[in-house]
Amino acid sequence: MAVGDVGIVFWILSVAIIVSACMVVSLRNIFHCALALILCLFAVAGIFILLGAEFLAAAQVLIYVGAVAILMIFAIMLTSNLAAKKITQTNENALVGLLVCVFFTLVGWVLLKKTYEGIWSHLELARPLPSDNILTLGKYLMTQYALPFEVVSILLLAAMIGAIVLARKENA
Amino acid sequence: MLAYLVLALVLFSIGLFGVLTRRNTIGILMSLELMFNAVNINFVVFNKFVATSALVGQMFAIFIVVVAAAEAVAGLAIVLLLYRNWQGIDTDNDSVMKW
Repeated sequence: MAVGDVGIVFWILSVAIIVSACMVVSLRNIFHCALALILCLFAVAGIFILLGAEFLAAAQVLIYVGAVAILMIFAIMLTSNLAAKKITQTNENALVGLLVCVFFTLVGWVLLKKTYEGIWSHLELARPLPSDNILTLGKYLMTQYALPFEVVSILLLAAMIGAIVLARKENA
Repeated sequence: MLAYLVLALVLFSIGLFGVLTRRNTIGILMSLELMFNAVNINFVVFNKFVATSALVGQMFAIFIVVVAAAEAVAGLAIVLLLYRNWQGIDTDNDSVMKW
């Protein structure tokens, strides 16, 4: 599959992702950045659906848009006075950072193109993914990936308790 | 396949730019989420096009989403604590902690 024949939906989602990601890193008002982040996460969920990962798209919307982005907005509202935010939001590294990122993108693009032409285009499979995606994922989580699943549960519990301990008032 | 990979590369670079240049700590955390999403796109693309065994890439992407949520929770708790101690969350102030 070459660059040209991935379909109109992919291009719409790509433009949405890149424009909203640029807004996330460049807007002055941090609250508007959070709203652009939500748009970006939705578009990434659309990309997951295009790639046949329906469960991952649903989890993306539930966890990222429903939990992480809302948490960000809570934190913004608790920590800054929104109306007075016209000060510059980038530090003095902006120009150097831009150069580094453009360089990174160009090098990465050349490497991807060479590797794709050399190796991946021969490996590329034409088979569709099995349609009972979610069934297979559930079976994996209960058998082959049961240990990582439990470890991740402990990690979430630790993060939750840690956040409560950190954010609690000292004299309560 | 190449188009998806280039999209993930560009998204990762934008997130990297945000991490390098943001002054607000919450802005840095949001840019980190962009980078996590780029990595997830890569996992799912390789799972679809050059998978060695079915659905391993999606499984890794799910675990990354969960770990990113835990990271956001802990990071934002630290941000609240910084704000309470210094009445601001700019990284210029936070570098006081370096020593």
